[in-house]
Amino acid sequence: MFNYTFHWNQALKALPQMLDGALITLQIALLSMLIGVVCALALTGFRLSGNRALSGFATAWIEIARNTPALFQIYMAHFGLGNFGIHLSPYTALLVGIAFNNAGYLAENFRGALKAIPDTQARAGRSLGMTALQAFRYIILPQMMRVAFLPTTNQMVWAILMTSLGVTVGMNTDLAGVTQELNARSFRTFEFFALAAVIYYVIAKAVTLAARAIASRMFRY
Amino acid sequence: MFSTALTWSDLAFLAQGAAMTLAVTAVSVAAGTLLGILFGVIRVQAGPYWSMPLTFVLDVFRSVPLLIQLVLANAFQSIAKLGWAPFTTSCVVLSLYTAAYCTEIVRGGISSVPATTRRAARSLGMTWWQDMRYIVAPLATRVSLPSWIGLTLGVMKDSALVLWLGLIELLRASQILVTRLQEPLFILLICGAIYFLISFPIARLGGYLEKRWSPND
Repeated sequence: MFNYTFHWNQALKALPQMLDGALITLQIALLSMLIGVVCALALTGFRLSGNRALSGFATAWIEIARNTPALFQIYMAHFGLGNFGIHLSPYTALLVGIAFNNAGYLAENFRGALKAIPDTQARAGRSLGMTALQAFRYIILPQMMRVAFLPTTNQMVWAILMTSLGVTVGMNTDLAGVTQELNARSFRTFEFFALAAVIYYVIAKAVTLAARAIASRMFRY
Repeated sequence: MFSTALTWSDLAFLAQGAAMTLAVTAVSVAAGTLLGILFGVIRVQAGPYWSMPLTFVLDVFRSVPLLIQLVLANAFQSIAKLGWAPFTTSCVVLSLYTAAYCTEIVRGGISSVPATTRRAARSLGMTWWQDMRYIVAPLATRVSLPSWIGLTLGVMKDSALVLWLGLIELLRASQILVTRLQEPLFILLICGAIYFLISFPIARLGGYLEKRWSPND
């Protein structure tokens, strides 16, 4: 069946290069999550604002992000924006695409988390003399974080996995890109990509475990 | 004012791509769901300890990027000289990917049925199979269906990645047109609209069912 010699040594020799790529992968994922969370909070605010234009904009963003493939969104950032004379590098296009996607999914999570907190709590805060901002900051937000934390970490894992799509728009510095480049040079596809798969798995698991540790410290009560 | 080089036959080409997307999705979701139900039942029956190997393997499919899985599977089938077409490879990988998620959904559905209800069924003289078929299945389906619809849509969107293996599905078809016509924004918008038209109504249906069937309303 296997008339093929595996050359794991070649792949292992390239491990430092691939780990450098893994750092870039993590960097993109973290940045995209930061941008995503900020955009998602803004979108959630827009939706609650009661302003028709703002909530329409937010709804459109969320539905497009959730109902089209992430790869399509990255293509849009890379090829589509070229129509307006905006030419993004693969890195920026990947970041924009994933951040857009994250924002859509996170906004939906935040909305669910807000819904889980009864209105009466904010009103109780207001009647104790808190300003609207104080009520949000000290009563709503801590509880919202508790509900939204797990979905947000899931989204972080998704963001890490999504960064691998960068290779389709010519990204060659992240883990998938580096692996593809090594593969193109040696045609040891299976070995290199198997190693990449292991690295992705370890990163994803590490993030999940770290999030669980943080959650158990932060939400002890 | 607005002029485009896009012709009707190009639109037909896009439609063919969409058909490929739907075909890959249909095969993978069908096979993945069957496997998922099987694995889900095994996980519940065997308990957390004995199903650990299965849990681990399925977890790998959820923690490694789909693109890497596709490339690996394609390399593997050529190493093992299986001679699979890209369509077969894509469907196999996507089925396992679907099964990994579906297992969790099925497990959640089954464990949402109260133990007392199942015990009541058994003490009425029902066999394990009857209990599964007439008590657990209807109740678990109610809980699982909305997330299953979400999974199906997720697989539909993720099936765009099979373009890496050279399969001409919707996104790849539009990329080919973009290369030829040099109108990226317009063609990608059409492509996005097609994805949206497939996905949005079904997503709405899922949301509706979730609201309608939520266990404690």
